[in-house]
Amino acid sequence: MIRINCPWCGERNMVEFTYGGDAINKYPGLSEETTAEQYFEFSYLRDNPCGPHLEYWHHVNGCRQWVKVKRDTLTHEVLATGPADALLGGEKE
Amino acid sequence: MQNAVNGAHQIMNRYSALEVLKGGLTGQKNWERVWRAPEPKREYDAIIIGGGGHGLATAYYLAKVHGMTNIAVCEKGWVGGGNIGRNTTIIRSNYMLEDNANFYEKGMQLWEEMAQELNYNVMFSQRGIINVAHSDAQMDSFARRGNAMRLNDIDAELLTREQVKELLPMLDYSSKARFPVYGGLQQPRAGTARHDAVAWGYARAADMRGVDILQNCEVTGFDIKDGQVQGLQTSRGVIKSKKVGIAVAGNTSRICAMAGFNRLPMESHKLQAMVSEPIKPFINTVCTFGAGHFYVSQSDKGGLVFGGDLDGYNSYAQRGNLPAVNHVLQSGMALMPSIGRLRLLRHWAGVMDMSMDGSPIMGTTQVKGLYLNAGWCYGGFKAIPAVGFCFAHTIAQNRPHELNENFTLNRFEKGYLLDEKGMGPVPGLH
Repeated sequence: MIRINCPWCGERNMVEFTYGGDAINKYPGLSEETTAEQYFEFSYLRDNPCGPHLEYWHHVNGCRQWVKVKRDTLTHEVLATGPADALLGGEKE
Repeated sequence: MQNAVNGAHQIMNRYSALEVLKGGLTGQKNWERVWRAPEPKREYDAIIIGGGGHGLATAYYLAKVHGMTNIAVCEKGWVGGGNIGRNTTIIRSNYMLEDNANFYEKGMQLWEEMAQELNYNVMFSQRGIINVAHSDAQMDSFARRGNAMRLNDIDAELLTREQVKELLPMLDYSSKARFPVYGGLQQPRAGTARHDAVAWGYARAADMRGVDILQNCEVTGFDIKDGQVQGLQTSRGVIKSKKVGIAVAGNTSRICAMAGFNRLPMESHKLQAMVSEPIKPFINTVCTFGAGHFYVSQSDKGGLVFGGDLDGYNSYAQRGNLPAVNHVLQSGMALMPSIGRLRLLRHWAGVMDMSMDGSPIMGTTQVKGLYLNAGWCYGGFKAIPAVGFCFAHTIAQNRPHELNENFTLNRFEKGYLLDEKGMGPVPGLH
């Protein structure tokens, strides 16, 4: 069972959360310089590492805040958590 | 060539009634190895990475159809130790989009003749599959899917509530049912097979045609020069080859990273399955419950084999978490309350490539001589013979077979998605 340390509520069981997916990719934004290529990469391409992975979890059955989690995809160990805009290391520019 | 001829002779005789009787009278001690354990050669005409169902079937068809017998299968563990031993063995071709429907239907036809083809009892049982419907809207969508299947010459029957009740009497038909049964969609030719036998059957048949199956041979790197693959670095040394096929479901991103393209349109997720204690014959078809993510069939040993949804987060661990088990069993209880007293015997998980549109990727890559077969999502087991047939064609001819020509890696960029349900780019929603 994975337990996630919510920055607002403390350590909670994973069943209180839903998975929000990859947090390595950076949303390309809506400026006029943004290209279709950037959206393709953001929408479709994944690092998919075996090891530490950055991801979002939504504390939907708790405080309803989005949490950024660094978790090992092989051992399921949660290595770090923070608010959704936290930099946990490994984010793409 | 001499070996191949002898090999064909052995295929005919190895498990005759007489041989089995002889084996029994001599304490089962004198059976030969079913496939060789060769040392890697320095160079092969083609190497397949991954000794699972897909890799072994590909090697078999390369040897059988394309006459390539100087080939090897590199397996990091043992044959059949990956997802082919971790699935729920269901075989069906009830797809809607033409590319998927034609591909899986080819697979279904190959399943129907596999035991004869390999001279190995793969216990293919065409017991049919019934997708149960729980609303008018779901009946409409099943009618649409069934019609799409029939237009592709695939068998499909839309069942009324009464017909479902006759075939699946154990469902909850009471007025208190959480999801009342409205009817169902049946594919009578669907079924199940014995998963290990499929791996062993293909391994034996490929070996007899001269394919080297290299177990405990983990790929650690690629040798690529001027955009052309030259060979592999493995835990058993450097092996040269100008053609390399990747069939490593779940670990595709890791292997592809070694070849220099690590960002792929897929994520690795785990899917669990579980089996109950053995019971008397209870259900003689495959039943799926789309409203609650649950499906069930009964194995020949008598255990009910359950499956459900993904655990939901990226994972390379071949083990599941309890919330998904809970969810599957709660769904099962809602559909067939009579299983409530059963004890669960085992549960396990397989790591799968979840592609961004729910459909597979098979074809050439930007590296010459490197071929990719990946992204099989929930469909890997039933795809085995068709993958072997088409991937062998892709490798031997250096271009896709017409059945897999739209399973390209660049379709995501071009917008030619094969998204059966129109779910969008979220792996796991398909």
